[in-house]
Amino acid sequence: MKDPRLIEISVGVFVALGLASLLMLAMKVANLADFSAPPGYEVRAYFDNIGGLQVRSPVKMGGVVVGRIADIGFDSKRFQACVTLRIEERYDQIPTDTAANIYTSGLLGEQYIGLEPGGEESFLKNGSELTITQSAVVLEKMIQEFLYNKTAKPEPQSP
Amino acid sequence: MTPLLATLGRLSLGLFERLGRGHLFLLSVLIRIPGLLLRPRLLLQQMWSVGVESLLIIVVSGSFVGMVLGLQGYNTLVTFGAQASLGVVVAKSLLRELGPVISALLFAGRAGSALTAEIGFMKATEQLSAMEMMAVDPMARVVVPRFVAGVLSMPLLAAIFTAIGILGGYFCGTGLLGVDEGAFWSQMQAKVMLIQDVFNGVVVKSLVFGAVVSWIAVFEGYDAVPTSEGVSAATTRTVVHSSLAILSLDFVLTGLMFN
Repeated sequence: MKDPRLIEISVGVFVALGLASLLMLAMKVANLADFSAPPGYEVRAYFDNIGGLQVRSPVKMGGVVVGRIADIGFDSKRFQACVTLRIEERYDQIPTDTAANIYTSGLLGEQYIGLEPGGEESFLKNGSELTITQSAVVLEKMIQEFLYNKTAKPEPQSP
Repeated sequence: MTPLLATLGRLSLGLFERLGRGHLFLLSVLIRIPGLLLRPRLLLQQMWSVGVESLLIIVVSGSFVGMVLGLQGYNTLVTFGAQASLGVVVAKSLLRELGPVISALLFAGRAGSALTAEIGFMKATEQLSAMEMMAVDPMARVVVPRFVAGVLSMPLLAAIFTAIGILGGYFCGTGLLGVDEGAFWSQMQAKVMLIQDVFNGVVVKSLVFGAVVSWIAVFEGYDAVPTSEGVSAATTRTVVHSSLAILSLDFVLTGLMFN
């Protein structure tokens, strides 16, 4: 039989190792640190079509992640999607006439909201609304429009 | 005709009798679990032989599985120009399926068979009867600590397997194949969900697998025919039945969790 002290120590190491791996999976892989949202303020934006946008999708400004999407709902009065953006507290000087566009990172990548700052002197605060929005590009719609234009304008006949 | 039907009937009765005995056995194990708190040293001893001694095989196979995933995933993704998603592929497949399932299969082969053989030989050499003669409950003394140690060790082993596997995929992908390091981690962090992937996959699945494998192992040992052949047959059955149980339960759990 092994020394009981040795067994105790090795079981302790084993359990610690297992818990450390679980912690690593939670923090490093699932990014738990990001999950507990940093202090910030929430602004709303209405879109006709949000495409494949999801809760927790990034909100970027100049390519930098400044916040995440906190909630997505449907406003049954305006018939538009209501997206709540949670922007980190340190980015508190975003003009009120900032435009919110839905972009796709890469051809097949995830969708995110890109903010383009305006020139207003006043800044966004908790509960403000972004009025200038641009919906997600839906590929089918684009192809439809392209085909429609193609058929509507017959090519000039060569004499 | 009649003897054929009689054989069929006998076989199915035997099967159901065994199933019933297995469940009654599980019940009597579960009832005795609180008593284990009085003797934590027994649990510690079994954690050592079930968990710590399985560590080597788990770490080595985890790293190789992760590295192979990195290589194969890269080859597939690079045709779409999406090799930056390698981290997501490696992490999700390890967390959801490969981590819990492969570590449970290894656990059944490494620890489950040992549990069955140990308890079976205790029965064959009449150590269990001797305990009863001394008014020591062999269920509480021998079976319960092994069962609980198996249930507790399994999630820890699966977590270690998965973490090592992801690191293996990381070294293979970024070191060998030149995937961008930042994209590897950031895409993984963006796509892997804490509850859905980490908790459901590693914790819930491996707890279920751990309970099933340990149950089968201790029951087969306790129920073994007390001869050398009986014990060897019981050990074989443990490995076969627990592997089948793991794979079929994995299908059911995946269907329940990720739909």
